[in-house]
Amino acid sequence: MQGMKKLGASAFALFYSLSARADYTFNFPDPVTPMALDTLHVHNKFMLITAVIFVVVLAIMIYSIVKHRHDKGYKAVVDKPPSTTMEIFWTLIPFAILLLIDFVIMGIPAYHSVVMMEDTRDQSTMVIKITGSQWRWQYEYLDGDAQGIKFVSNLATTNDQLNNKEEKGEHYLLEVDNPLVLPVGEKVRILMTASDVLHNWWVPQFGSSRVAVPGFIRETWVQVEKAGVYRGQCKELCGKGHGYMPVVVNAVSKEEFAAWAGKKQAEQKAAGDVKELTKEELLAQGKTVYEKNCAVCHQVSGAGLPPAFPALTGSKIATGPIFGADGKYQKDSHLDRVLNGKGVMPAWKATLNDTEIAAVITYERNALGNTASVDALVQPPQVKAARE
Amino acid sequence: MLNQDKSEANKKLAFKLAWILAGALVFAFALVPLYDVICSVTGLNGKTSNVAQTAAKQKVDLSREVTVQFVSSVMPGLGWNFYAKQNSIKVHPGQVTVVMFEAKNTTSEVVAGQAIPSVTPGKASAHLKKIECFCFVKQSLNPGQVKQLPLRFFISTDLPPEVNELTLSYSFFPASK
Amino acid sequence: MSTTSVAHHDEHEEHPTGIMRWLTTTNHKDIGTMYLTFSLVMFLVGGCMILGIRAELFKPGLQLMNPEFFNQLIGVHALIMIFAALMPAATGFANWMLPLQLGAPDMALPRLNNWGFWILPPSAILLTLPFTLALFGIGDGALATGWTFYPPLSVQGGIGVDFAIFAVHLLGISSVLGSINIIVTIFNMRAPGMTLMKMPLFAWGWLITAFLLIATIPVLAGAVTMLLTDRHFGTHFFDAAGGGDPIMFQHLFWFFGHPEVYILLLPVWGFIPQILQTFSRKPMYGYKAQVYSLWSIGALSVVVWAHHFFTAGMPVPALLYFMYSTMAISLPLAVLFYCWIRTMWKGAMTFETPMLFSVGWIILFGVGGLTGLVLADVAADAQYHNSYFVVAHFHYTLFAGGIMGIMAGVYYWLPKMTGHMYNEKLGKLHFWLTAISFNVTFIPQFFVGLAGMPRRIPDYALQFAEFNMISTIGAFVLGLSQLLLVYNIISCARGGQKATDKVWEGAIGLEWTLPSPPPYHSFTEQPVVK
Repeated sequence: MQGMKKLGASAFALFYSLSARADYTFNFPDPVTPMALDTLHVHNKFMLITAVIFVVVLAIMIYSIVKHRHDKGYKAVVDKPPSTTMEIFWTLIPFAILLLIDFVIMGIPAYHSVVMMEDTRDQSTMVIKITGSQWRWQYEYLDGDAQGIKFVSNLATTNDQLNNKEEKGEHYLLEVDNPLVLPVGEKVRILMTASDVLHNWWVPQFGSSRVAVPGFIRETWVQVEKAGVYRGQCKELCGKGHGYMPVVVNAVSKEEFAAWAGKKQAEQKAAGDVKELTKEELLAQGKTVYEKNCAVCHQVSGAGLPPAFPALTGSKIATGPIFGADGKYQKDSHLDRVLNGKGVMPAWKATLNDTEIAAVITYERNALGNTASVDALVQPPQVKAARE
Repeated sequence: MLNQDKSEANKKLAFKLAWILAGALVFAFALVPLYDVICSVTGLNGKTSNVAQTAAKQKVDLSREVTVQFVSSVMPGLGWNFYAKQNSIKVHPGQVTVVMFEAKNTTSEVVAGQAIPSVTPGKASAHLKKIECFCFVKQSLNPGQVKQLPLRFFISTDLPPEVNELTLSYSFFPASK
Repeated sequence: MSTTSVAHHDEHEEHPTGIMRWLTTTNHKDIGTMYLTFSLVMFLVGGCMILGIRAELFKPGLQLMNPEFFNQLIGVHALIMIFAALMPAATGFANWMLPLQLGAPDMALPRLNNWGFWILPPSAILLTLPFTLALFGIGDGALATGWTFYPPLSVQGGIGVDFAIFAVHLLGISSVLGSINIIVTIFNMRAPGMTLMKMPLFAWGWLITAFLLIATIPVLAGAVTMLLTDRHFGTHFFDAAGGGDPIMFQHLFWFFGHPEVYILLLPVWGFIPQILQTFSRKPMYGYKAQVYSLWSIGALSVVVWAHHFFTAGMPVPALLYFMYSTMAISLPLAVLFYCWIRTMWKGAMTFETPMLFSVGWIILFGVGGLTGLVLADVAADAQYHNSYFVVAHFHYTLFAGGIMGIMAGVYYWLPKMTGHMYNEKLGKLHFWLTAISFNVTFIPQFFVGLAGMPRRIPDYALQFAEFNMISTIGAFVLGLSQLLLVYNIISCARGGQKATDKVWEGAIGLEWTLPSPPPYHSFTEQPVVK
């Protein structure tokens, strides 16, 4: 018993020292949508009810354990089996209590929450399409001020941080290059789909989560009521990068949103006017694009992770011809694979612009240990032409 | 040791149980068509029928207007551009409408694709009736070919009253040969 | 554990010795011992896997393994614990104890029994072989989809998925053979006078489990077979491109998967009341109520499956149906809890290790059950789903409710099986270390789950760091404490204080009328039950 006490004391000391420097969260993070607020209320209520049940039952048990002990000389009551009527009567009591709790005390608020969550009555003011793919989110604004804006959102945490070679930042694993921007106070309908496997777009403070299924469309809605930056993660196992596809939402005022949308649209338009670049420019930009988007699977060195993710170094596709005699790109050529994807390889045409695609292809053909003899350079106008 | 009678009786019962087992296995595979039936009846999962419906002689319900949003996706491995020519439209239930989609093969080969429809909210999926759709069959495009893909549909008048907007999504998959 | 050394009139029968004895045995006690030993070994294997995972999660950043290997460990850990540790343990008890409790000489179908067991080791090897193959550059390791095999990820996966599919087929065949044998034994081999309603509760628990297995294992087998043909033969059961639907797999899988939870728990619900009555020195309360509760839980378990994927998208009426039907399971469960506590109430309790485990089991399984009730709520489930909250919840049901229950059974019947008393002090220490470190491991997981940490991630944000560290410390203490159990079992099998026939003062049941250890053929003359 002495040992147990010591163990308990040291465990307590450990807890105490940890809690002195850490901030612990014991419940859902602050809700910022009506749905999350409702969820929190339901959760708190249910937790309270179950805690009461637990404590009451435990108390009865402990009382019995303390009182009805053989070593205290307590004699077991001579128990003749109860009559069937008595047995039915007694066992129906816990049954009835739970019946009340399940279907009235818990069941009624739960019903209202479900109806609210699936509420499709109100018109939403904005529609966004979210596509999950291994391992990044693609966002597309389907209407309103921001109509036509689409971009891809990648993990922004550096590899050195992941591998403990660098101090981890405040938002380690929960930071992206392009956050989703939403206006505060608007009911936004979210359409969700996926391009490869199941994903699940989840921001705990929004209280909604839906599985994204390839080939199918799902919807949910959010109405953010407070400006701020909200972070979440994919929560459906989607392969090796599952832990590395965070969601970051930047909720801003309507004015700021309109300004952001205008700027983004202008940027996207500018990216459409493509011009030829020098090899050096292409390589420099290509390296950035490659390391951000491709290195997760094909590795920074280009060695890949065979058999799932083939090496680019020495690859036939990455060194073979791209364009046929008619000037069009060939099927299963380097450009085809990057634009349209195949199997595990995602299609990049929707998420990278012409210049980025040209740059990354040029980089892959001239770096990573490759020197392509044909079609060594791919220029943005060629990519633009290939798209059309 | 077991006596002979008991041993026989045991075997008999074991074989009876093996029949339950076989039944359960048949049931497992029967669940596949059953699932499709349940989906089409309840709209579970937003599956919509990929079979042509006849235009029912429904009265157009002019008192209601429903927004139909179109979403298009091209899945990995298909070198196409594909989009709906109108982002969304407003229709009255019962009114037959035609919307156009456009697909372009940007590769230098003949490529076939299959469009898979999906509707959300799920409860609306059974009420979106397609009379003519490019998704009923495989579509094949020559290199560089642009094709207009029509969809003729109507929303049935018994669409649940709480549904004001619904989304029809098409995902174009590379078709297996 | 040489049962043959007991002087008995059937001693003249020839039994092969050495390895051949175990390969060819049709004796229920030998087979039971093999099941239990296999279960213990696999429990340690699965435990080592999860300690690898907890070590990786000790602090943020990747320390020990890459994410691919991490994903393989979580899925294989679950499959091993469920199919190779928990289920064989329950089958082992059934083999050992059902003939003793029912007053039968042996199991009804002894040869089938032998095959049922010997399918297990190859399937465990099949499941873990890809790890070894990967070391030699063949394939990319074991199943990396989690134990649930969800497509399209499992269609995309490597050879590990195929190996796991075949392993699941074999494990399924094994448990179905075991179930048939158990049902036949219960129906045909009971002692004269032992009507169904006079059977020990353990037999009832297993009877329901066996029927659930026969009804649901084929559905799992069908689902993974479809997965296999999708992977290799161009079918489109779960592929939207060919008109299939990935969500259908979830329906098929959980049609098996939810009853599976009760398959793991029902045998335990059967024998825990027997332990409670022994150490409370009064017969269990509400035998009939418990039997009917077990049946209704068994029946309900096959109609609630979709609560495992509320977020996959379902129409509102379906959501409500699955929510309320799931909550309904708590009604018979409340009756069971009531009967367990009422059995203890006003008994003359002593707290030997089996009783400690049983009482701890009631409390901790209670936490699992109550959090399950909370999880049934569809709206809040959007938050709980696939978070660490769920991980903590199902470890309270499956580790506390399953494995700790099995441990209670081990200590309870070990003297009967070996003829020796185990070391009581070590047993009690094992209980306290297990119960405390289990809570240290899993309580923090409730909190990180609520705060937003998804399950199955190899690395996490800094805000989850402290709780994960505590959880890892707890897990290592929990893992190391199990060595006490191993030591205690081995030393008890080898020798120690002789156990009496009755072993426990308050023991009730036919198994306690036989010598400890029981003779090779349990009841050569069937006892008559009045």
